[in-house]
Amino acid sequence: MGPLYPQELLNPEYNLLIGALIGIGFGFLLEASGFTNTRKLAGIFYGYDATVIKVFFTAALTGLIGLFILHNMGWIDITLTFYPKTFWIPTLIGGIIMALGFVIGGFCPGTSLSAAVTGKVDAMAFIGGVLLGIFGFIFTYDGLWQSLRTSGKMGKVNIAQWIGIKEGLFIFLFTIIAIVTFVVFQKWQDSWKRKMDDSDIDDLGL
Amino acid sequence: MNTQKNKYMNPYVAGFLLGLLIIAAYFFAGEGLGSSGGYRDVAIGVINGVSPEYAQANSYTAPHVAAGHAPTHTWLVYELFGVIFGAILSAALYGRLKFVIGKAPHITNKKRLYLALIGGLLWGIGTQLGRGCTSGLVLSGMAVNSLSGYIGLVAIFGFGFIFAFIFKSLWIKKN
Repeated sequence: MGPLYPQELLNPEYNLLIGALIGIGFGFLLEASGFTNTRKLAGIFYGYDATVIKVFFTAALTGLIGLFILHNMGWIDITLTFYPKTFWIPTLIGGIIMALGFVIGGFCPGTSLSAAVTGKVDAMAFIGGVLLGIFGFIFTYDGLWQSLRTSGKMGKVNIAQWIGIKEGLFIFLFTIIAIVTFVVFQKWQDSWKRKMDDSDIDDLGL
Repeated sequence: MNTQKNKYMNPYVAGFLLGLLIIAAYFFAGEGLGSSGGYRDVAIGVINGVSPEYAQANSYTAPHVAAGHAPTHTWLVYELFGVIFGAILSAALYGRLKFVIGKAPHITNKKRLYLALIGGLLWGIGTQLGRGCTSGLVLSGMAVNSLSGYIGLVAIFGFGFIFAFIFKSLWIKKN
């Protein structure tokens, strides 16, 4: 049955409308879970706020398990989706650049948009930076980035197949890793909370 | 004491609902949630508006402005319009809709804004090189077990901890 749009079972206009509706849910959840508060986002790296890792891994697990079940029940054929192609070298280098941007800037693109439109001035500056960076990348692409961006090409790679284990086993292992991560980060946050000022706890909503 | 402005949704509930949205996105559109791709489409739309000739000549933008293809008429741009509306809706409900500069208390406003700009600049470059951001590359990639998502996870969060150690003074005040 699914995915609908790639099989032309959904007309393009409705697809865009559904995109907007899904976006409303996405933006609502980012704001409601505190992702527009830059200190909560930075908290993942210092351990004083475990919100990001809880939301992030729960979302990944839900998507992973849900799509796995739907795929095996024949309700969605994952191979017909626009499955991401892996280019390991640029993704690794780009990811490291993003990591530096995360720690210095305190946002990522999705969270900064939710934050900027709800009045966070620092997020507006961040978005200005993102757009400048993208323009700079485009204007220097042919001379500077093209060969690097297309290097390390591996095609559509499923990590379970790449490791050489069954997909169900991989999902089981990732679930265990996620639960252990939740426990560790919760304990880390608790140890911070004991020595935090009331104003900090209030600001972070802990 | 907690006031309304800092009440947040339970993170596991929020994560579960976000996961359902990812499933819906793959089921209907055949792609996951994303953010940086929408920024890129807007940037290409601006370039195409100023100089269609340049957009055709640049090999990064050319595939997005091929004949009959409007660079901003994409799923991700519509999704981002939704994000704007959804975030405002939530902030209004929680009473958080006001102008403020988010930062650690010991950082000056000016310093925070410069750092946010530089951080954003790095994301602008990193997302185009790495083919996506935390939502499109990592979260949506992980949801379909794509190797690229896990490489992004390790790079962004793994190296994030290393950079966080180096730049600790930006977020944690020395005692």
